[in-house]
Amino acid sequence: MSRLVPLAAALAAFAPAVALAGGGAIEGEVEKQSVNVMAIVMFLIFVVGTLGITYWASKRTRSASDFYTAGGGITGFQNGLAIAGDYMSAAAFLGVSGMVFGKGVDGVFYTAGWTVGWPLILFMIAERLRNLGKYTFADVASYRLEQTPIRSLAASGALAVVVFYLIAQMVGAGKLIQLLFGLEYAYAVVLVGVLMMLYVTFGGMLATTWVQIIKACLLLGGCTILVGMAMVQFGFSPETVIAKAVENHKAGTDILSPSASISDPITAISLSLALMCGPAGLPHILMRFFTVPDAKAARKSVFYATGFIGYFFILAVMIGFTAITIVGTNPAYLDATGKIVGGGNMAAIHLSKAVGGDVFLGFISAVAFATILAVVSGLALAGASAVSHDLYARVIKKGHATEREEMLVGRIAVLTLGVLAIVLGLLFENQNIAFMVSLAFGLAASVNFPVLFLSIFWKGLTTRGAFIGGFLGLVSAVACVVLGPAVWVGVLKNPAPIFPYEHYALFSMTIAFVSIWLFSVTDKSARAVTDKEAYRYQLIRSETGLGAEAPVAH
Amino acid sequence: MSEQTYERVVNHPRFQELCRKRNRFALVLSFIVLGVYYSFVMVASLTPGLFSSPLAEGLTWPVGLAAGFAIQAFAFLMTGVYVSRANREFDAMNRAIIEEATR
Repeated sequence: MSRLVPLAAALAAFAPAVALAGGGAIEGEVEKQSVNVMAIVMFLIFVVGTLGITYWASKRTRSASDFYTAGGGITGFQNGLAIAGDYMSAAAFLGVSGMVFGKGVDGVFYTAGWTVGWPLILFMIAERLRNLGKYTFADVASYRLEQTPIRSLAASGALAVVVFYLIAQMVGAGKLIQLLFGLEYAYAVVLVGVLMMLYVTFGGMLATTWVQIIKACLLLGGCTILVGMAMVQFGFSPETVIAKAVENHKAGTDILSPSASISDPITAISLSLALMCGPAGLPHILMRFFTVPDAKAARKSVFYATGFIGYFFILAVMIGFTAITIVGTNPAYLDATGKIVGGGNMAAIHLSKAVGGDVFLGFISAVAFATILAVVSGLALAGASAVSHDLYARVIKKGHATEREEMLVGRIAVLTLGVLAIVLGLLFENQNIAFMVSLAFGLAASVNFPVLFLSIFWKGLTTRGAFIGGFLGLVSAVACVVLGPAVWVGVLKNPAPIFPYEHYALFSMTIAFVSIWLFSVTDKSARAVTDKEAYRYQLIRSETGLGAEAPVAH
Repeated sequence: MSEQTYERVVNHPRFQELCRKRNRFALVLSFIVLGVYYSFVMVASLTPGLFSSPLAEGLTWPVGLAAGFAIQAFAFLMTGVYVSRANREFDAMNRAIIEEATR
């Protein structure tokens, strides 16, 4: 296979390794490519710059509020960019363009769903979340309910989402690094883990936010240039892009129709629910709403984020369509059987080389890696806050922990998550991990989202209803994944799945909402009376912001 | 928040008006966005022929792709509509209620 290149030597002397053409995608087997000097140099510039920012941020991270939410001092525009940065993962960038390259218009089905969730978050959740919460979404979910059970449930939901998402990102990073930089898988996983720990432990939310902002600008700028340079070859005519794609794709006009995986209505609705409601239950996204000074800034952040996200997805789809002609007809990017070198997720990367040469390839590769780094940092901070703020300070210490203790636990939690992510990333190298992303989004949509949504809007919600219903949502999401095509067939190698649907949100969300309702309305305990009584106070704060956490001035 | 402040906010005539107006506006916008998006989902899954048909005579660009991009632009537009009214109208009402209730 490939020759081993020690990281230090590769970075210091840029020693070249044997070039090997690879097969497979980011998931599954990949073969290491030749060492890409330009990509490594550009990535190092990013790392040095962001470590500089981390040093600057560490001087300003003194209190727990600084650590978790950058003191609430991020502006609406900055937060909009950072939300977009959290949301535009490498999977979205390489995956969407790869999906369009392979199947055509299917890609736009996903991007439309991922975008329409945002206006709904704005209309329903954003301002109320800012008004009610302090550091984590569990603050909001447990606002008027009994602290111990609901905090524990929300924190477990947050941690589960973070860990599954983190493993998927780590494995993706390792594979990507093999393909793009020509470095060993293990180095990539360790490098991502260590950088993530440095950013978050020292720089807290301030450094994490700026890493997101820089990454978002690089990704949006890089993709704009990429699409611009590709469009030159089609005389800037969108019609020519599509006409040529139909001509050059082996599926012909089939790339203009949705594929079978979408044309089943139950699958389509179930998938669309997960795409829309998943983001409203992702802890690292929800946490971003506490970094702004007030509800008005929270509202503005969603406006900017929706614009950036919508624009980015249009670019990602166009990258896929232009790549069908530019990459798909160039033998340099195809192997002997006519398949794309490095797997379907490489369409955007090959396109960058085809239109901009090695320098631009290096730039886009570095941007893809920076994207992973930024997303894992956001995840690590969200996971750490669930441990230190929710589990340690509120559940174990019952609110009697000092700020110093809470921050110390938070930093230890970041280091623990970092080590865990590295170890699991190494263990799962050759496993099929597609189900982990599905599980992360499914848990977000069927545990975190229902509990959060009903705690804000439904007066009748009780501690018992939220706890049992949220727990059943968790069990059903895990069951759907384990008994479904992803694990039962994909991992356990059984011939047929027990639960037939790959997209299960319709079922698990229904179970969660119905059981939360059922166990709330039948709750006749004294606690249920307190829970409902407290809703009136919550309503005033959630609607007017009266008594909301104020930003910290430095 | 004291019981007194709470009573003043709840009994403030404009508080109920603010909640009613804002909730109705948010609901109407949500239904518009969901309606547009689910029409798209249903067209994609039930009538794939319409989804892939060309936008106009002589073009290949499919209706579904144009609709997908349009929905993304539309989502952004809707956030803009909400933000502009909230900044203008709801924030002013909210400020007035808080000022009077906490005076």
